[in-house]
Order: sequence, then C-alpha cells, then structure tokens
Amino acid sequence: MILKSLSLVNFKNYEEAVLEPNSNVNCFIGENGQGKTNVLDAIYYLAFCKSFFNPIDSQNIRHDQSFFVIQGTFVRSKKDENYFCGIKKGQKKQFKRNKKEYEKLSEHIGRIPLVMISPADSFLITDGSESRRKFVDGVIAQFNKSYLDNLLNYQRALSQRNALLKSFAENRNFDADSLAIWNEKLITFGEPIHRERHNFLEEFIPLFQKHYKKITENAENVNLKYSSAMNEKNLQELLEEFLGKDQALRYTTQGIHKDDLTFEIDKYPLKKFGSQGQQKSFVIALKFAQFEFIRLKKGTMPLLLLDDIFDKLDSKRVEAIIEMVSTDDFGQIFITDTNMERIKPILKKIKKAYQLFDVIEGGVQNHE
Amino acid sequence: MDVSSKYLQHAVEEIASLPGIGKKTALRLALHLLKRTKSEVEHFSGSIAQMKEHIQFCQKCGNISDEEKCGICSNPRRDPQVVCVVEDLRDVMAIEATQQFNGLYHVLGGVISPMDGIGPGDLNIASLLSRIEDDKVNEVILALSVTMEGDTTGFYLYKKIHQLGIEVSSIARGVSIGDELQYTDELTLGRSIIQRRPYEQV
Ligand SMILES: [Zn+2]
Repeated sequence: MILKSLSLVNFKNYEEAVLEPNSNVNCFIGENGQGKTNVLDAIYYLAFCKSFFNPIDSQNIRHDQSFFVIQGTFVRSKKDENYFCGIKKGQKKQFKRNKKEYEKLSEHIGRIPLVMISPADSFLITDGSESRRKFVDGVIAQFNKSYLDNLLNYQRALSQRNALLKSFAENRNFDADSLAIWNEKLITFGEPIHRERHNFLEEFIPLFQKHYKKITENAENVNLKYSSAMNEKNLQELLEEFLGKDQALRYTTQGIHKDDLTFEIDKYPLKKFGSQGQQKSFVIALKFAQFEFIRLKKGTMPLLLLDDIFDKLDSKRVEAIIEMVSTDDFGQIFITDTNMERIKPILKKIKKAYQLFDVIEGGVQNHE
Repeated sequence: MDVSSKYLQHAVEEIASLPGIGKKTALRLALHLLKRTKSEVEHFSGSIAQMKEHIQFCQKCGNISDEEKCGICSNPRRDPQVVCVVEDLRDVMAIEATQQFNGLYHVLGGVISPMDGIGPGDLNIASLLSRIEDDKVNEVILALSVTMEGDTTGFYLYKKIHQLGIEVSSIARGVSIGDELQYTDELTLGRSIIQRRPYEQV
C-alpha cells in the first residue's frame, strides 16, 4: 500500500498543505513545534479514523477554525483509492472511501494497514498491564473479527458478574445459581481469548526477538512472556478457587482481564534493569514485529510511520534502523527528525529512493 | 412554557410526561383536544382511566388481562402442557401474530441483569416453576431475546426446569444475535417457533 498524495486543510497547525510522497522513504525535517509530527498524525487519521495523540476530534482543528479536512489517495495493487476525513465542530465525523461514506467506521479499520512508532510508545513499558493487553488485542483484532466480539462479550459478562458480587455483599446474601450463569459466559468468551493470545504470542515472540537482534546487533537476549493464571488452570477452576477472594473484594480477580505481557532483558525485568536505549530498542522491536505480523497475515505491505524515534539513540543504532526499514521487508516509510545533518548522510547510503521535506511553521516543502 | 391558562398548562405537563413527547408536541396535542367536543374528550380521558382501573395481570401467565385469567389461558382449545416463556407482553403479541403457537405463555417481566439490579427473585420465575408441577407441563419453550442477558436467563431457567425432568427447548436462532424478540419479523419468528430445538443443542 502506497500513499500517493495527501492534502490537509485546517488540520492542527496546517492552514493548507499538499504533498506527494515518494513511494519509498520520506523524511520530514524540522525544529520541534513546526508540525512534522502532524503530517504523520494526518496519515494515521486516514488509517484509524482518529488521531494517534488526541482522541477528541474537534481539538485537532486548527486554532479559531470550525472544521478540518484530510484527504489521501492510496495505491493498492495499481488502483487508486481516495479517502476523505472531515471534522466539523458539533457534527458527526465524515469518513468516505471513493466518495462514499462508511456506515460504520469499524468497516474501515484494517483497510489501510499502518504501524506508527513514536516516543509515546514507551507507555507499553511504564504503564499498567492494560496498555500491553491493548497492544496484543489490537494486533489480533486486525485479522480476527470474532476475537473482538469475544472481547466485547467478555467485558459485558464481567461487568454483570462484578455487579452481582457487589449486590451479594450489599445484601449479605449469596446465590450460587445466579453466579454460575455469569461464570459460564466468562468461560465461553474468555477461554478462546486466552487461546488466541497464546497462539498469537507463539508466532509473535520469535519475530520480536529477530528484530531486537537486528537493531542492537545481538547485544542482549530479550523475551516476552505471556503471564496468565489461565496458563496453569482453566477459568472454571480459577473462578471456583478464588470465589472467596472475589466475594471479599466485590469484583472478579481471575480471567483474561488480568493477563499481562512481561518484558525481560537477559532474564531480568526490563522496566527495572533496562537502560533508556535498551527500552527504546525493545519498544521499536515490538512495533517492527507488529509490522511484520500484519504484513504476513494481511498479505499487504503496511505503511510505517517513525515519529522522532532517533532521539536518545546513538548514530550506530539509527543507521541500523534506517538500513532495516529500507530493505524489501518494508514498504513506504515516513520519518520525522530534527537533525538534517545526521539523517542526510545515512539516507545517501541506502539503496532506495528517498525524499526529504522541510517543515517550517505549518508549511511542508520538498528539500532540494 | 408561558400560557394564559393554568388548566392548559397542567394538561400540557401531563401529556409531556409521556415517553418520547416534548413540550411542543404536548402543546399541539392539548390544543387539538381543546378543539374537540366535550363528550369526545370525556370518552378519551375515560378510556385511559378505565384501562388502569380494570386491566390486571393474568394470575397464571402474567399477561395483561381483563379477568383473573387471560383470554389465552382460558381458551380450551389451547394446549396447557406446552408453555412458552417470554420476557414481556409485547413478545406475547409478537408470537400470537405469527399464529404458529398453540400452547400457553409465561411472562417473566424482564431478564436477569445484575447491572440493572434485576435478579431471579425480581422475575416471575417461582410462579413458572410451581405452574410446571401443578399443570403437569411437559414442554417449556424458551423464547428470549438473543442478547447476553436473554441467553443467561435462558441458561438459568434451563437448569431449574431440567431438574424437574421436563423437556426444555429454545426457539431456533433465525433471530440474529443481539435482536430483541419483538422486533423480529413474523415470518422468521413463526418459523423459529416451529423449528425449536432441545436446549442443549443451542
Ligand atoms: Zn394467562
């Protein structure tokens, strides 16, 4: 998949911008605050119908304006596809493909495969387990529709069971039959989710390790571990075993909503023992693995957006990463960076065509 | 709203208390009634009062009724040993419209949903179980919405009724997932009652 042209009106700090990216490597160079990340966010909008950074659509409208429009033409197997995203204050989001509006935005998700790598991804290491479950769920849901249904149903059954536990506590009563029907739902939807997560990680972990090795040139051994009480016992047994605890705490303490992904570096927890550079490489390897996984499952080359990821990496790693993404395992790339002098000599070495853009105060221009 | 008559204002407020009716519509309806003859309006308000006064819930099935027992339960041509369990009386009307069912009904009055504070004790479940034994019911058909709560309620009832040694079936799921029963078209609903399946196979 290739982005052939992009036009913005009133999007973030852009009054108007039109650009025609190269089908290989594109670099947006500018000082902080000039708007280079906003170009990537606009591309992200076309893939996911929302901003990577700010989930409130109207806050992405240029200051003092009432609407924004992002339009993009993509090429898929030699055919053009036009996408339109329009946000007007106080109105429903408009999202069109070839001038036809989608009935549901969920129909669009997955149509433009795209992976964005940004410094904000470090939340995968620093935040709680929910962020890591979301990462895993997001990748699986891209190619497995029933997975998302199971997740939504599981969530509903969980809310019902928690409400029931709360009412038991408040009314000082207990009814095993009432509880059993919600246990049954949690098991029906939770067991397949556990299986899918397990199967996914079996395929995903080797990809991740391969990419980490490439980025760091075999520096350390890294691992991901699927931690779930359901690896040892089935959910039925767990719900029975922890019933007393659930009743005391008034919520469900067992199930796939408690799963986590453990990050290890040379067998130690990454969060405590990994240096800043190692953590950064770890997250980039995770995203590269996600990229490869989507490419393999979907059979289409995703777009890759690299937002300011070279900050805090030494130039050897920067070079290794740019070399990697300019191989045939990757397709069209969009990179932002602040340092023209650093990036230019590296790009000159790669075998692929590239285009540099200067970004100054909400304007994008080809750099000659 | 500022109107010149407090009587009009009271009428508008009452009408606007109905679901889906705003102040503007209420005013339009009130002014319309004002234009009608006195006897017409008396007839109108009287029928509403009479409805509230005389309608009761059938002691057997929980359906609305003018007598202690509803027209369906007291119809000798219907088979009292087959009972179809539904959520509310709109479902009874929907199934009756298909003309495919000749047994009796049992109206639960909702589905189990702890989030909404509804447990088995808040529904007509005890009366269903005692009725099964008293009337020697030999088949119970579950016709509940294909929502998670409808499904869970069905599972709860199945376990209770199955213990009594009674056959439990569920309407065939031509009904798409997440559908409320009363919004399913007659043809689909009629077919799914005829093609009901033993509960275990659902
Ligand atoms: Zn009746």
